[in-house]
Amino acid sequence: MSALDLPLIWAGLIALAVLMYVLLDGFDLGIGILFPFSRSAADRDVMMNTVAPVWDGNETWLILGGGGLLAAFPTAYAVLMPALYLPVLLMLVALILRGVAFEFRFRARRRGRAFWTVMFWLGSTFAAFGQGLILGGFIQGVRVSADGTRFAGGPFDWLSPYTLLVACGLVAGYALLGATWLMMKTERDLHGDARRWTWGAGALVGLLLLAVSVATLFVHPTIAERWGVKPGGIDFGQLAVLSPIPLLGLAGMIVVALGVRSGSHRLPFAGALMLFLSGYLGLGVGFAPYTVPYALSYRETAAPDNALALMLVGTVVALPLILGYTAWVYWVFRGKVTEEAGYHH
Amino acid sequence: MDFDALLLSRIQFAFTIAFHILFPAFTIGLASYLAVLEGLWLFTRREVFKTLFLYWVKIFAISFGMGVVSGVVMSYQFGTNWSEFSRLAMPVIGPLLGYEVLTAFFLEASFLGIMLFGWRKVGPGLHFLATCLVAIGTAVSGFWILSANSWMQTPAGFAVGADGRMIATDYLQVIFNPSFPARFAHMMTAAYLTTALAVAGASAFQRLRGTAGDASRTALRMAVLLIAVAAPLQLAFGHWSGEVVKHHQPAKLAAIEAWWETRADQPFVIFAVPDRELQANRHEVAIPKVGSMVQLAEPGEVIPGLDRYARADQPPVAPVFFSFRIMVGLGLLMIGLGFWGAFVWWRGRIDRSRWFQRAAVLMSPAGFAAVLTGWFVAEIGRQPWVVYGVLRTADAVSPVPAGHVAFSLLAYMVVYAVVFTAGALFILRLVREGPQGAEPPPTEQRPPGWTLAAAPRDVPGDPE
Repeated sequence: MSALDLPLIWAGLIALAVLMYVLLDGFDLGIGILFPFSRSAADRDVMMNTVAPVWDGNETWLILGGGGLLAAFPTAYAVLMPALYLPVLLMLVALILRGVAFEFRFRARRRGRAFWTVMFWLGSTFAAFGQGLILGGFIQGVRVSADGTRFAGGPFDWLSPYTLLVACGLVAGYALLGATWLMMKTERDLHGDARRWTWGAGALVGLLLLAVSVATLFVHPTIAERWGVKPGGIDFGQLAVLSPIPLLGLAGMIVVALGVRSGSHRLPFAGALMLFLSGYLGLGVGFAPYTVPYALSYRETAAPDNALALMLVGTVVALPLILGYTAWVYWVFRGKVTEEAGYHH
Repeated sequence: MDFDALLLSRIQFAFTIAFHILFPAFTIGLASYLAVLEGLWLFTRREVFKTLFLYWVKIFAISFGMGVVSGVVMSYQFGTNWSEFSRLAMPVIGPLLGYEVLTAFFLEASFLGIMLFGWRKVGPGLHFLATCLVAIGTAVSGFWILSANSWMQTPAGFAVGADGRMIATDYLQVIFNPSFPARFAHMMTAAYLTTALAVAGASAFQRLRGTAGDASRTALRMAVLLIAVAAPLQLAFGHWSGEVVKHHQPAKLAAIEAWWETRADQPFVIFAVPDRELQANRHEVAIPKVGSMVQLAEPGEVIPGLDRYARADQPPVAPVFFSFRIMVGLGLLMIGLGFWGAFVWWRGRIDRSRWFQRAAVLMSPAGFAAVLTGWFVAEIGRQPWVVYGVLRTADAVSPVPAGHVAFSLLAYMVVYAVVFTAGALFILRLVREGPQGAEPPPTEQRPPGWTLAAAPRDVPGDPE
């Protein structure tokens, strides 16, 4: 095992878990965000049904991302979580309310049903917003004690115009994922609505992504330097090396737009995934190799090698299985979900 | 007592985990019960098993959802409120939690989708497999979390570095630490008992109300069988767990028994008001020497009392003492209920004996209460340590302002009150309706979103 750079491998695995989470739970949170735009209770039933069998598995990636960080980079976890106390609370409380809404909404009668419908919307929206605050607070950097073991900033360090911008961006991004997912999974009127939502959310995402991209360059000099923006001018060579990332985002936008215009049911979702991948890589490039930006690197915060090695053995066996049966579950529930048929086909 | 971040964080953790543990305790047992029901249905083709499966899976879906969302909170709280614990101890037990996610959480969450919505999508064999995998997932999850928690009780296989960080020296010793086997057996049996008592209570209630059909008769018998076997077994597991406590956590034992004095021939304290200031019991009612006998101590064997420990190292005595007595009392009542049920069953009166049915209804929450009080004993009895003898709870807390913790505690209390009330009402409504209750059996045209939209067609002999 000594030949393997275990902290690096684990940094990669956790990045993968977080990416999986953002893509998978992204579309099911997005469906909740879109709830108030739906025409009828029947449409909302169908929307929820498109994700009901898979949302729990999707959310498990959040536990793998968080639990993986806890186990593989305990010092990073110990610094970040107190730093982001309130955004994490917001996310957790919102996830509770939307998570139980899946069952409760179907069990409740008239007024209870209206209440849990609203909770599903609010829970999904604020879970996304809280995750955006966490992301923004992470990227703008966290103050750490001199010995590098504790959070040393103020309780509201995470709150800034930048983090609010990122949070709005993530809500819009999840809405786009949700809308394109619905285009793929629904028919007739609801499909038409999802198409319009894709236009709206797509335009919003385009604007916000641009704003976030520019703002991120100013949030910390490390990021600007990484992208070749230096005090003396712009290093175009360095920028060129990273240019595939924004180009991927641009390509994603184009795929979404062309997909919607050509009447494709699947291309918009693929485009939205490309867009998210681009945003994810773009932000990741800025703060790597820090697990606590810009104070502690992945190496400084890693658990001892024996812990990482033990977990790696389990991961090598379990992760392909997890990916396999997750894919199988999606395959089982493939195809359109309609009001009349439910899941019967 | 100051309401500082430490105290508030402790209250918050106690509150959120007490809420959370109710659901795993119930769903571990219920998932296995569902697997048994589905297996029996596939094997015997008797309708009653399918009816019971379709009925209890609704209650399972509600409980499981509440367990999932309250569980996500737990793992993040390690960071938000107990960051020093995370930083110092996770190098040792972090992998155990990682394995829980990898081997249990994904399994449960993914196959739950098939279990609840996939009946029409996959064949009965695959559906049964999904149910079994969910059941296995819940048990595997119990394995890892009990292992991690037991390590906090009886840490083994590790060293403490110069910077205070712990590092594992032998993971087999970490996982199979001294208290783990007994506590795992004790907790899993507790989960099965909790479910059996709930099923028995619900079925007896349906019989008493006259809304029950064959399904409730069968369910009541199955539950009685499990209680009659598991409740006495649990006494043995509890005793085993107590022996481990005696060897590894003598201060906890002293708190359980309210022994202040180190001596041979310890008394058995039936009732007392333990007084920390006085370092003695008030209003004590005790039987001399019987305490040592219960511990199977050698004649003349000296058993440590709390006077062996500085005040700062003593666990709070009163909550541990009373919780233990409530737990054991409930356990004895469960044994009684099991024997009574077995007796009336043997005499052929189980469906008519209204007194037994009333007792079963009364005892239906007993498993939950015993689980909670048992965990109070285990966790309060471990104080003032978070990792027993290694890391103090006071040194484990996050550097966050008390105001934040007060706010989060309030938020959790409000949200959990709403969620718990709603969930409990939905479950109780289902209990009132019964397996052949108000809801129509699944038909071809079901409202979408119906949990069991994918339930099998009600065609006699149709094996899909």
